[in-house]
Amino acid sequence: MKSAPLPIMDLKGIGKSFGSVRALDSITLQFHTGKVHALVGENGAGKSTVSKIMAGLLLPDSGRMKFSAKPYTPSNRKEAEQQGIRIVTQELNLIDTLTVAENIYINELPQSFGVIRYRTLNKRAWQLLNRIGLGSIDPTDKAGDLTVGSQQLVEIAAGLSQNCRILILDEPTASLTDKETELLFSQIENLRRQGVAIVYISHRMEEIRQISDFVTILRDGRIVCTETIDSLSSSQIVNRMVGRELPAEYRKKTTSVGSIALRVKNLVAGEKVRTVSFDAYRGEILGFAGLMGSGRTETMRAIFGADPLHSGAVYLHGSQTPSRILSPKEAVRCGIALLTENRKEEGLLLPQPIRVNCTMASMQKISAGGYIISGKEKQRVDEMMDRLAIRCRAIDQSAWELSGGNQQKLVIAKWLFTDCDIFIFDEPTRGIDIGAKFELYHLLSKLAEQQKAVLVVSSDLRELILLCDRIAVMSAGRLVEIFADKPFDEAAINHAAFREHLNPVKDKERTFDI
Amino acid sequence: MKRFYSRLPVWVTDYLGMAGALGLLLGIFGFTADNFFSRSTFLIIADQVPDITILAVGMTFVLIIAGIDLSVGSVMGFSGAVIGVLLVKSGQPIGLGIMAGLFVGLGCGLLNGLVVIKWSLPSFIVTLGMMEVARGAALRVTQSRTIYIPGYLDFITETRWLGISMPFILAVCIVLLAQFVLSHTVFGRYMVAIGTNEEAVRLSGINPKPVKLAVFSLSGLLAGLASIIHTARYQANPNNGQGVELQVIAAVVIGGTSLMGGRGSVLSTFFGVLIISVLETGLAQANAQESTKRLITGAVIVAAVILDYYRQRIRNVKTR
Repeated sequence: MKSAPLPIMDLKGIGKSFGSVRALDSITLQFHTGKVHALVGENGAGKSTVSKIMAGLLLPDSGRMKFSAKPYTPSNRKEAEQQGIRIVTQELNLIDTLTVAENIYINELPQSFGVIRYRTLNKRAWQLLNRIGLGSIDPTDKAGDLTVGSQQLVEIAAGLSQNCRILILDEPTASLTDKETELLFSQIENLRRQGVAIVYISHRMEEIRQISDFVTILRDGRIVCTETIDSLSSSQIVNRMVGRELPAEYRKKTTSVGSIALRVKNLVAGEKVRTVSFDAYRGEILGFAGLMGSGRTETMRAIFGADPLHSGAVYLHGSQTPSRILSPKEAVRCGIALLTENRKEEGLLLPQPIRVNCTMASMQKISAGGYIISGKEKQRVDEMMDRLAIRCRAIDQSAWELSGGNQQKLVIAKWLFTDCDIFIFDEPTRGIDIGAKFELYHLLSKLAEQQKAVLVVSSDLRELILLCDRIAVMSAGRLVEIFADKPFDEAAINHAAFREHLNPVKDKERTFDI
Repeated sequence: MKRFYSRLPVWVTDYLGMAGALGLLLGIFGFTADNFFSRSTFLIIADQVPDITILAVGMTFVLIIAGIDLSVGSVMGFSGAVIGVLLVKSGQPIGLGIMAGLFVGLGCGLLNGLVVIKWSLPSFIVTLGMMEVARGAALRVTQSRTIYIPGYLDFITETRWLGISMPFILAVCIVLLAQFVLSHTVFGRYMVAIGTNEEAVRLSGINPKPVKLAVFSLSGLLAGLASIIHTARYQANPNNGQGVELQVIAAVVIGGTSLMGGRGSVLSTFFGVLIISVLETGLAQANAQESTKRLITGAVIVAAVILDYYRQRIRNVKTR
């Protein structure tokens, strides 16, 4: 880095361990006003740990920090915020049952004699939201009713409502739509001009290229390098992150496609799934593309029996009679596995050991007459850990200690233990670092090679293009087209995703008077 | 100290901690009360704990699945009342009376479970309702009067091996059996899993409802079993077991079972029961007033939970 003016935040020799795991190993790093500084690295590289230390969420074991050339030792989030250092993480901090306006001004509600002046509050919130381009959000809506993306933007807005010198964004775009992402970027641009230092953590290389000035690459708790963004190519960044070369393309040739495994006909379920029909074959990976809220997750949950389906039929293994799948239990008995999009909430028992998570869905295989044969369990789990290369110290470790990628692999391990042959993956690589992503792609292709039917829902179109044999596109609850010709036409797929929105039913108009 | 502690195996920190606390209590009372360390003291304790222990085993399971059963005391009272009515007023054989007591307990537990799973209601409210219903039923069948059972059930309290009563041995057997079920069977594994994250269990292709139903039924059945022992000692008083549910929950929580579900141990529960019982007996022998006894017992319950908080922290650091 050039000899710049005095850094606003200066970290020297910051170290942090969790138990025996060294998360940060003596990090030295500077941040400057009016610059966007990207932190990149695989999950577990230490990006989040650094930012949490700066935001007062974690205390460092060693080293010192200087903020505006003064020693800086926040002992909690509040102290950091008082000095103007704010963090927005993926774990949202909003209170679902309060309104947007209440959330934004939670620390300084306008009041007279303890009674909140809602008129002033809402007006202020409305002005703030308008100023940053979020005019479509009604400040009197409950925060919990917003989409996750909007919630995230509101949280950033809340941060900006007060003194802000350094804004740390930890994977802010993970659940944003493209439009929301643009809004966020223009907001970041504004802040940069106002002289706010922005620390930006993301896995998305294009975004980092688009908005940042500097990039620091972390690996295994150490800094690999800090460079201006223009001096590195994206593939150089990725290579330095993982410390090895990655393949440019993933699945080169399609494995032989086998017999039909799953036929879905005219499925209608809940409010979001309107007409879905498709066939999935053994030995292929069928992708599901679409916008957020296009009903992909809901379709998969209905097939799996997790949510009730209204009409339509599911035929299994080429059968002519429809299967009635009314619960996940029946789905599993029919050989269907669903790996949900929220692995932490719905896929894993986080406080429980790896061993318990791994054998959860197939206890009959490690027990006799209801008695768990623990030797057998241990042996089978060990085998599975090796097979999927799950990195852990012991199978009695809790699942929440694993990194995102390893947690996802653990969910896959759970389902591999069952005899399922139809695997539905909903956003399998969300929040997972690039190295682990490729391991997961490898696992998915292997499943297809073993003549399983693999269905993948993903919001990352490039991922689907890389991985899938066919890509089904959903738009506003309908499956509008299935693309089978390679190379996939990215533009056509994107176009299809918007198809049902071209003649939209007029959305309920929102009015808001000041 | 922390480092030393964290190097010990998990079972040591889990059970020796409890045993240590119990030992400490015994030591204190040995010092403060005259003749605390006597055969009679231990017999008193052994006679006091069986019914509470049996209830606490059921409660441990219910808490592990993230539920709670407030009805155990009343159900015990109701079962006992039915036993009393059948034996004394209808002159039925003892075997039938005992079977009826178990059956009433099982029925109440089954009903609790059915309502909880059918409408996905919080068990707190459902069992609160059952607590009232069972108490009302107990008063109704006995016409609000204690039924004295002339010696029919004495064999239960009077059968002793080496001075230890049959109920105590029965309770210990149930504790060991329940701990085995919890840590070595699929049913036990499912209980812990459901208490940790029921939705994740459902989405793993396991129907959590039968497990929950079984746990509530078991709690009821054990209340029925406890009622036989309790009635044998205290007659069929329709007010038997009033407030016992809180004592039972306290014992379970002292044993380190989480009120949030997903974590618990039956053996530790047994230690919890012993700690409360030793405390009560010791304070009584030290001639403490009722008010002092309650003050100290309350403080010990909270202190135990605080201690458990630190124990968990150390344990988490250890597995990290």
